[in-house]
Amino acid sequence: MLMNLFKFKGGVKPPTNKTQSLGRPIAQAPIPSRLVVPLHQSIGGTPRPVVQAGDKVLKGQLIGEADGWISAAVHAPTSGTVVDVAMHVQPHPSGLDALCVVIEPDGKDEWIPREPVDYKALTPEQVRERLQQAGVVGLGGAVFPTHGKLTASKTVPMEEMVINGAECEPFITCDDLLMRERAGEVVRGIGIFRDLLQPKRVLIGIEDNKPEAAAAMRAAVQAVGETFEVIQVPTLYPAGGAKQLIRVLTGKEVPAAKRSTDLGVQCFNVATAYTAWRAIAHGEPVVSRLVTVTGNVHEPRNYEVLIGTPMDELLKLATPHPDTDGIVMGGPMMGFLVPDPKVPVVKATNCLIAHSDRLFPPKAPEMPCIRCGACAQACPHELQPFEMYWFSRAKNFGKTQEYHIFDCIECGCCSFVCPSRIPLVQYFRFAKSEIWAREREKNAADQAKERFEFKQLREEREKAEKAEKLAKAAAAQAAKKAAEAAAAAASGDTPAEAPGPASADTAATPAAPSAADAEKAAKLATIQAAMERAKAQREAAQPKNTEQLTPEQQRAADEIEARRVAAKLVEPVASANPANEKAE
Amino acid sequence: MFAPAPFLLKDTSVSQVMTQVCIALVPGIAAYAWLVGPAILVQLVIATLAALLAETAMLRIQKKPLTIFLSDGSAVVTAWLIALTFPPLAPWWLVVIGTLFAIVVAKHLYGGLGQNPFNPAMVAFAVCIVSFPALMSQWPSVGLQLPLLDQINVILGLAPRVDALSSATPLDAMKTALKLGEGTQDVPALLANQDIYGNFAGRGWEWVAIGYLLGGLWMWQRKLITWHVPVSFIGAMTLLSGGLWLVNPAQYASPLFHLLSGGAMLGAFFIATDPVSGCTTPRGKLIFGAGAGLLAYIIRVFGGYPDGVAFAVLLMNLCAPVIDLLTQPRIFGMKNAGKGDKA
Repeated sequence: MLMNLFKFKGGVKPPTNKTQSLGRPIAQAPIPSRLVVPLHQSIGGTPRPVVQAGDKVLKGQLIGEADGWISAAVHAPTSGTVVDVAMHVQPHPSGLDALCVVIEPDGKDEWIPREPVDYKALTPEQVRERLQQAGVVGLGGAVFPTHGKLTASKTVPMEEMVINGAECEPFITCDDLLMRERAGEVVRGIGIFRDLLQPKRVLIGIEDNKPEAAAAMRAAVQAVGETFEVIQVPTLYPAGGAKQLIRVLTGKEVPAAKRSTDLGVQCFNVATAYTAWRAIAHGEPVVSRLVTVTGNVHEPRNYEVLIGTPMDELLKLATPHPDTDGIVMGGPMMGFLVPDPKVPVVKATNCLIAHSDRLFPPKAPEMPCIRCGACAQACPHELQPFEMYWFSRAKNFGKTQEYHIFDCIECGCCSFVCPSRIPLVQYFRFAKSEIWAREREKNAADQAKERFEFKQLREEREKAEKAEKLAKAAAAQAAKKAAEAAAAAASGDTPAEAPGPASADTAATPAAPSAADAEKAAKLATIQAAMERAKAQREAAQPKNTEQLTPEQQRAADEIEARRVAAKLVEPVASANPANEKAE
Repeated sequence: MFAPAPFLLKDTSVSQVMTQVCIALVPGIAAYAWLVGPAILVQLVIATLAALLAETAMLRIQKKPLTIFLSDGSAVVTAWLIALTFPPLAPWWLVVIGTLFAIVVAKHLYGGLGQNPFNPAMVAFAVCIVSFPALMSQWPSVGLQLPLLDQINVILGLAPRVDALSSATPLDAMKTALKLGEGTQDVPALLANQDIYGNFAGRGWEWVAIGYLLGGLWMWQRKLITWHVPVSFIGAMTLLSGGLWLVNPAQYASPLFHLLSGGAMLGAFFIATDPVSGCTTPRGKLIFGAGAGLLAYIIRVFGGYPDGVAFAVLLMNLCAPVIDLLTQPRIFGMKNAGKGDKA
């Protein structure tokens, strides 16, 4: 299968360090003593917990319900007892806590009743719903809920579906082994995606340093009877970035502001396809994943690991060297040191690297930028990192946006090649988070301003309406007065001529004083009316406990009053409560 | 423990970059030493010491870490470029003044490493040729082979500066002859009859230029520099000199003569490629190199100075920020967008 490959600019070739963990087949990691399963494991809404402490759960039982369309369910990774639903530290650089379901396994690993289905008998909506309920998310690292990517654009025909088996990050080999050992199920999973999206072509991209995986995939494609193309792409970090792989295989460049579907492409990771197949054809939700355990360890290897397994327990299986001083989750280019060795393995955990200074020597001190441009040449998005660095440092965030900071995918190529050892990506993350924070602040301020302005507007409108009402009443009063005056003054004349000011045709001279009089009268009337209204209001405002009385109470009160009058205790009142009578 | 990704780093550093630039200068220096004797090595040592001294003083004043910044090698590169552009038998204090000015004023007063808007070595050259035009124009006659001790004595001012030490550069001699001749002299005859001219350009100097060319190509191969600046510098100078030469070969020397004379090769590969003071975008580099090449030719042929590379580079340094601003490349995903950028 010969095809033209495209190139993306930049990229780097760090030592791949993959052979260490490729020596042995995938092993099943034992069930740990305790599982801490975070509810928020995918992009989108945080699933709602549906279990509480004390509940017995089975393997695959729903413990977190998807919250909204872009959200994916979470399941118990093994059978056991929920001991807690509480905040625990997350495998995230921030070191923040999030809600987790803590399960004490019973060791039986007993499944819920699994319901394998033939997805071809289902409607596309049903398939997507099943994937969501099975917690299928992008396992390449971005953990975007997969069902959300399986609706074809209505306007742009789906041309290519790109399946990402590039695995460009050094050290990581879990996709490689998955393709070697479980290619058939990966291919079948791709088949589901293909049937939902109906692309013209399916392109499976694998870096050319994984010939075994590519061969296994080719064989599986043939065995399943599919027409997918398995394409070996040049090994060049970050060829496994979705946008880079799409570029290499299709020649299309997806800008930051667009979705790949706008260009008729969609991209999935091989492991995602595998879990999708397990979910549909075996009824198994995502409760485990393959994790490469490598780095400063005696026995690097790939494990099938239950989600929620504490990382330190997993790392022990590979016997870390004594000088291990931390755990990196992910690869050495984009990964991060976890804030606590006990943080759980999550769906995004593709690799754990035991960190030591021997493996990753401490960085030399940061030097000033010499504008050598090595970063710009390495940047796969063709940005000018040294300019963005300059403006990030100066906190001139507007300028960083002019230099397209939000197109940065934080792949780390720039930091990798920088001779001045500037942690460029850190600067860009800082700038981005500052920009986001400021935008949030600005939005909040804008909203407050909008609310305030609306309030002001409303008050002004009410004031105007009130004034209008008053003016109308006053005018009516004045007209009445003028009419009376006119009637009194000209008793012999026809009354039709009386309201002089009202008709414009009548002589201006007599009209003028009469208009002034009317105005004066109107003012006076207004004042009087206002005073009367105020008086009435005052009276109305006076609390009267006798207002809302039942007839019985009224009678009783009247009787008491009569007695008091009879006893000459008080002056007799004309009526106990005229207001009340009037009202009823 | 604060150690953000990437955890893997390429084996590279500023001092490695600078060291490789120095290594790339070696072929040119070797040819130079073969041509005029060991004096140039003495000048290199004087300039290096002066630069390190000035650097130390300036770092002390700013309370910057000495070992890190002294070992970055940037001061040495500046010093070497100064030594290689000054006359090889220039008095020691001239080289020291140039170097001090470069390090103290052109580099540190503008903020130090990475901040200087002008190429420090070219600032030094410009300052000295304006301030000491006579001394800066005295080049040793061809074939003058003084022993090392005599050369040191001349440099240190212990021996008199005799006439044989003060001829013009081949480039300068050509310009002067053509000017004084007012049309009676022609280039081919001058090249054929005067023994300061060799096969292509100045006798011997042409080989020094080829040494720089080799070093430059090595830097390109090592990816220390990109092809843009040297190609556009050489291309622009070739086009302009070639055009005039085709029109009037009697009054204008060939492109080959110009490329192998004076500081053209050093400028194209080592000076105009300075990333700090030059352009950084690909198109910007092309404009920068072409501008420097054109200006260098114009100044050396029509101007009053023996060579134009220093002024050409400084003038282009002035334009570099604007050129960069106007030549920002399209980024990934925006090439086919058609509508320019979204900002």
